Amino acid sequence: MVDNKLIISSSPQWRDNESIPKIMWTVNATLVPIWAFSIYLYGFPAFWITFLAIISAIITEHIITKLLHKPSTISDGSAVVTGILLAFNLPPDVPFWIPIIGSFVAIAIGKQIFGGLGNNPLNPALVGRAFLMASWPVEMTSKWLAPHGGTLSGLTLQGFTGATPLNIYKINLAAIKADTTEINIAATKAINGLYANWQKLFIGNIGGCIGETSALLILLGGLFLIYKKYIDWRVPFTYILTVGFLGWMFGGYQGLFSGNFLFHIFSGGLFLGAFYMLTDMVTSPITKKGRIIFAAGAGVIAITIRLAGGYPEGVSYSILLMNLVVPLIDRYVKPTKFGEVKNEK
Amino acid sequence: MALFKKYTFKGGVHPDDRKNLSSGQAIEIMPPPKIAYIPVQQHIGAPATILVKPGDEVKKGQLIAQASGFVSANIHSSINGIVKKIENLNTPIGRKSQTIIIERNDESETDFDEQHIENLDKKYIIEKIKEAGIVGLGGATFPTHVKLSPPPGKSIDTLIINGAECEPYLTCDYRIMIEKTEDFLKGVMLLKTALEVDNVYIGIEKNKPDAIHKLTEATANLPIKVIGLEVKYPQGAEKQLIYAILKKEVPSGGLPLDVGVVVQNVGTAYAIYEAIYKNKNLYERVLTVSGEGIKNPKNLLVRIGTPIAEVIEYCGGLKDDTIKVINGGPMMGIAIFDLNVPVIKGTSGILALTKEQTAIYEEHNCISCGRCVDVCPMNLVPTMIMKNIKKDFTEETEKYGAMDCIECGSCAYVCPAKINLVHYIRLAKSTIIANRRKAQQTKGASNG
Repeated sequence: MVDNKLIISSSPQWRDNESIPKIMWTVNATLVPIWAFSIYLYGFPAFWITFLAIISAIITEHIITKLLHKPSTISDGSAVVTGILLAFNLPPDVPFWIPIIGSFVAIAIGKQIFGGLGNNPLNPALVGRAFLMASWPVEMTSKWLAPHGGTLSGLTLQGFTGATPLNIYKINLAAIKADTTEINIAATKAINGLYANWQKLFIGNIGGCIGETSALLILLGGLFLIYKKYIDWRVPFTYILTVGFLGWMFGGYQGLFSGNFLFHIFSGGLFLGAFYMLTDMVTSPITKKGRIIFAAGAGVIAITIRLAGGYPEGVSYSILLMNLVVPLIDRYVKPTKFGEVKNEK
Repeated sequence: MALFKKYTFKGGVHPDDRKNLSSGQAIEIMPPPKIAYIPVQQHIGAPATILVKPGDEVKKGQLIAQASGFVSANIHSSINGIVKKIENLNTPIGRKSQTIIIERNDESETDFDEQHIENLDKKYIIEKIKEAGIVGLGGATFPTHVKLSPPPGKSIDTLIINGAECEPYLTCDYRIMIEKTEDFLKGVMLLKTALEVDNVYIGIEKNKPDAIHKLTEATANLPIKVIGLEVKYPQGAEKQLIYAILKKEVPSGGLPLDVGVVVQNVGTAYAIYEAIYKNKNLYERVLTVSGEGIKNPKNLLVRIGTPIAEVIEYCGGLKDDTIKVINGGPMMGIAIFDLNVPVIKGTSGILALTKEQTAIYEEHNCISCGRCVDVCPMNLVPTMIMKNIKKDFTEETEKYGAMDCIECGSCAYVCPAKINLVHYIRLAKSTIIANRRKAQQTKGASNG
């Protein structure tokens, strides 16, 4: 008899095999191909910057848990996710201390200060990025590298190669609206060139942050996570469709419905944000209906920043802003209980 | 009826059913124990009143404790013997109960044979069920005669026999359905007469195709419909079963009879057959002894009061890596710390799990993944109930539907943070009930 060794616990008496480390390490695994592709595109800096971000995230997590006399949580994989995602949101040629400070802020202020994984109201990686954007705007917006065998914008037009696609789009859209005929022709040409380049944007051999350029690889990783039920398909699809639709509706230079759907969804960090950051379980609503509201709201904010805000890209702020609304959404969007008395007809 | 109609419900989980460990084992009769420990509280409701004292001689099937009040059940001796002692002992459901300890003597046992019965009426059947001490044998142990006596004003039009057996490992209802098909169906027809209903369904999960096949054939000339249910836990929960078959939602806080339905379990129907056709009181039951920690898994007919240790020994004993023994199934069953507790009316299974299947789970912060929300068959938000009761926000937990929880365990089963959600919801429920009682008392005091 093994009488004296029996475990007593509240039912259920067994559990399935999912766990937080399993989820987090799977997410990490799906990020590896994207990282590998970025190294192909930008060379050694893409490896180096991401590596530093991961190491800084792990060390920060370890030190803080030690200081708080809590068990170290680095093995659950969430600090690594934060490190990779922070790096993926950085231009490839930033100085080495940028990812180190970024990951430190992401883990310390984005996550641990609230009590660790599960208690953070905002996506930690984006907190780190927002901090860097506010503190070192020049480094964060100019340290681009042209991808392997191409130009930063994907265009070969003279004068339109040294900026990211969304930047060129924004400047030229403004120029067309200001309506100076000479500039107008060149600007129109540039924008049409960007639109025609959607395949390049989709595959990712184009300039941008380290991990954001390949919509294709992000989509594959994201679909795998959807298949594993680690993320809810409603979030990325609602977000991407909202941005694409509103971009098509308001983003053109010939009035309503003259924008380009594909350009808006494949450019910038939309796919990375949609599949890997907006879907962060901790900072998105817990009900399906809530998640649709959340993702649509983020889509509206992202396209508003792209078309009318001060930055060329609005993905990270759209996510941070909607993260703040999550508790409110969770409070008001509750599923209808089974057997809840329906209104008498 | 549409060919592709699916009988199922929203939410739920798909644990590995592990039924093949014992599903091939025919029901075996376990010899009566030397000493039977018979608790007087084996059912929901008031404990039965003890009728015997130490030194009394009792016979198998003899009434030894009588139902006290309407919601209570008779208790019978399961062996011929002498009452030794009456003590307050542990039961397998984690509570203590007054227990009548009977030592078997050598007196030969009389068998109960089937008699020819005619002109059965509703009243007689219900009275007989009450006499025999029959309770819900699926594990809920609610006195059956109470369920069959709806309060005035409620009309019942449908009887559903629950053959879903959605708990993993358990195969006792399945064995009854395929081995005792005719007798079981007689029990179902008795229930139909007792309830005076026209619609009778037997719901069986599709992982038991031979049971569906056999019963469909056997009911060809009977007013009973056999339904193949989609395989999903908790398909056998009353409200989910009714929804799957009839697409009717039992109102929140209500009972199946609010939608005109009574649900009875397979084992209960069989016990009713025995009570009426064989004049046999409920002193034994079929249960499954299984799990990777049991050497020879079996389906057994066991006397009530047999110590669980003896049942396990009869099945070859426990393997060394057993770390948990359960009364019931792995989803809703209760872990046992003392193997000397007896088999009671509600013991549908005795399971031994090894460290391959279970562990001591360490709780992590909730990461708001929403899995508990997706699987909750009652459409609740388990994690919000947990978070609120931790902060003592009892009223909030009520708003989140804590009282509607059926404790099926689906939420905790899928939780990647391994939070004991059901445990917290039970805490919320008992706090809500305690608060209500307090409120009533204060009201009573101020009125008085």
